[in-house]
This record gives sequence, structure tokens and C-alpha cells, in this order.
Amino acid sequence: MFSTAIIIFREVLEASLIIGILAAATRSIPGRNYWLAAGLLAGLVGAGVVALFANSIASMASGIGQELLNAIVLGIAVLMLAWHNIWMASHGAELAANAKSVGKAIRDGASECSALMLIVGLAVLREGSEATLFLYGIAASETAESSSMLLGGLLGLVTGATVGYGLYAGLLRVPMRWFFTATGLLILFLAAGMAAQAAGFLIQADLLPSLAAPLWDTSAILPQQSVLGMLLHIFIGYDDRPAGMQIVFYLTVLITISLGMKWAGRSHQFNRKGAK
Amino acid sequence: MKNLLILLLVLPAWAMAAETEYIVVIKNHVFEPAEITIPAGKKIKLQVDNQDATPEEFESHELNREKVIPGKTKASIFIGPLKSGRYPFFGEFNAKTAQGVIIAE
Repeated sequence: MFSTAIIIFREVLEASLIIGILAAATRSIPGRNYWLAAGLLAGLVGAGVVALFANSIASMASGIGQELLNAIVLGIAVLMLAWHNIWMASHGAELAANAKSVGKAIRDGASECSALMLIVGLAVLREGSEATLFLYGIAASETAESSSMLLGGLLGLVTGATVGYGLYAGLLRVPMRWFFTATGLLILFLAAGMAAQAAGFLIQADLLPSLAAPLWDTSAILPQQSVLGMLLHIFIGYDDRPAGMQIVFYLTVLITISLGMKWAGRSHQFNRKGAK
Repeated sequence: MKNLLILLLVLPAWAMAAETEYIVVIKNHVFEPAEITIPAGKKIKLQVDNQDATPEEFESHELNREKVIPGKTKASIFIGPLKSGRYPFFGEFNAKTAQGVIIAE
């Protein structure tokens, strides 16, 4: 039962922490609860569909369908996170100052919210489909332990969701003047880590060269399976044995989004000055 | 654009470089063979044939690989080039029994 709980917990945790960060980051955007719920629901349906068609996906593209799907899902999530962060860099100040300040922010908020929905949906889809397959396997084996294992799965789900909610509640306590910097940084590293993960899948599928694998091995100092290693993996993309190509992806995304945020923040300030 | 063209030209070359294939079967949540010896410094293709009705996740921290293999299907995983050494792998969904190791020498 506990081994099941731990597996499900690990699958749920990543999606749950991503949702926690995004829910906090978009706290002053009107109607964001509706979009979060829609993303969650779409993700759950998507996870079911992916699990249902796991066989056909696995055999697609001469056996690398799963890697392609994972890499595409991660890639879209990285783009959406980048867009969110750059959008926030130009509107965050307004939202922080006054939630109902301008009609324009609300209008822009709609496209921002669909990006939010997509990110949440994709995170749930990716982790949820694996969890669904795993639970299906247990249910199908119909051993005496099945029901206790399914109970373990439920336990893992609830624990994972609770940790995500804890992160959300904790982030809301961050003082407003640091708040958008904090969530912006979290999302920046989240996106870079996802890009590295996507590269990992493309290497596994032999679509990209690994460029030195591993580039370094820190599994003796900080194993990725340890609690700290796992959290660092989710938050900043820590990998104890990364391939060189993963680092290339990581840094490219990190630098590109940072520059985008800087540029958006500056042109926004410029516009405001110009308007006065 | 130019980079994309170069990538498109180079991709098939990778695909064509025929890797030696190794086969491992999953049956009753056990890997057979549980030990696979491969040459060090060479990329290989590992065919995992899941003959169980239930899905399994092939996972290895040492190899930095993870892949879900649905019941009654086969999956290919590209591995290496590796330095000589032992690289354990396991089936995450049945980790009690599904254990194996790749030995590169």
C-alpha cells in the first residue's frame, strides 16, 4: 500500500506544485479560478485519453511516440510559461498596485488565462496519464492486495495535492513587493527544468545527440531520488546525471526568458512614461 | 532556418547508424535476462518486450532513462555510449521483482 502511495505521490507532486505556483502567480487576475478548474479538468480527461491509447502512442513513430508526446507536451508548457512570465513582467506591476486598475489588463487577462489553463492541463495530462496506467495495472491484476493498493494511490493523491496547496498558501504570505519577483523566478526555473526534461526524452528517442552523457555525476553527493533532490528536480530541474544537450536546452531557455522579461519590463516602463 | 535544414539533413544519418539491438523480456514482473552485457563506448538499442498484461515503467537513475511500456507491447530505448560500469534498471510499477542491470565493458 505504501509503495503505491509513494509512486502516486511522486506523479501527483510535480503537477500539484506547478499548479500551486501558477495559482499564486495569477492571484490577482480576474476569473483565474474558473480557468484553473478548466485546466485541471481538461488535463484529467487528457490523461485518461493518453492512458487509454497508450499502446498506439507507444508504437507510433517507430516506437518513440511516447518520447515525442512527452517532449511536445513539455515544449508547449515551456512556451506558455515563457509567455506568462514575459506578460507578467509588463503587467505585474499594475496588477500588484490595483487589481481592477484598467480594463486593458482584464482583456489581456483572458489570453493570459488560457495560457494558464494550458499549462495546468498539460502538467496534469503528463503526470496523470502515468498514474492512470499504473493504477490500471493494479486494478487489472485483481490480486488480494488490489484494493489496499488503490487506497494507497488515493493516499498518495491526497498527500501530493496537499503539498501543492501548502506551497500555494505559503507563496501568498510572501509580501507583495517581492511576490511577483518570487513567482517569476520560480516559473523561470520551472520552464528551464522542463526544457531540459524535454531534451532528455529526445535523447532517449535518439532524435538528439546527448553531447556527453553524463556531463557530471553528483548522485553520490545529492541523489535525485532523495527528498531534496526530488524537490530541486521539480523546482529548478536538478538532475544528478544530466546529458550535455540537456544543459544546452536549460541555459537557452533560462537566458531567453530572462531577456524577454527584461525587455518587456523596460518597454512597459517606457510606455508609461511616454503616456504621461 | 539554415540550422533547421542542417538538422533535417543530419537527423536521418543518426537514424541510419544501425545500433546493435539487445532484447529484454518482462514476464510475471521479472526482467529476463536480468543482466545484459554491452560494449562500453557504443550506443545500443534496447528492445523491451513486455509480455505481461499490465503496463510497466522501465526506469534507471544511472542511465537517466524512463519509459512506460504498456502491457503486451514492445518498446525501444536508446542507451549509451556508456563508460564501463554497472548500470542498474528496474520496473517502477513492480520494483520488488523487476530488477536488472546493464554491464558495460
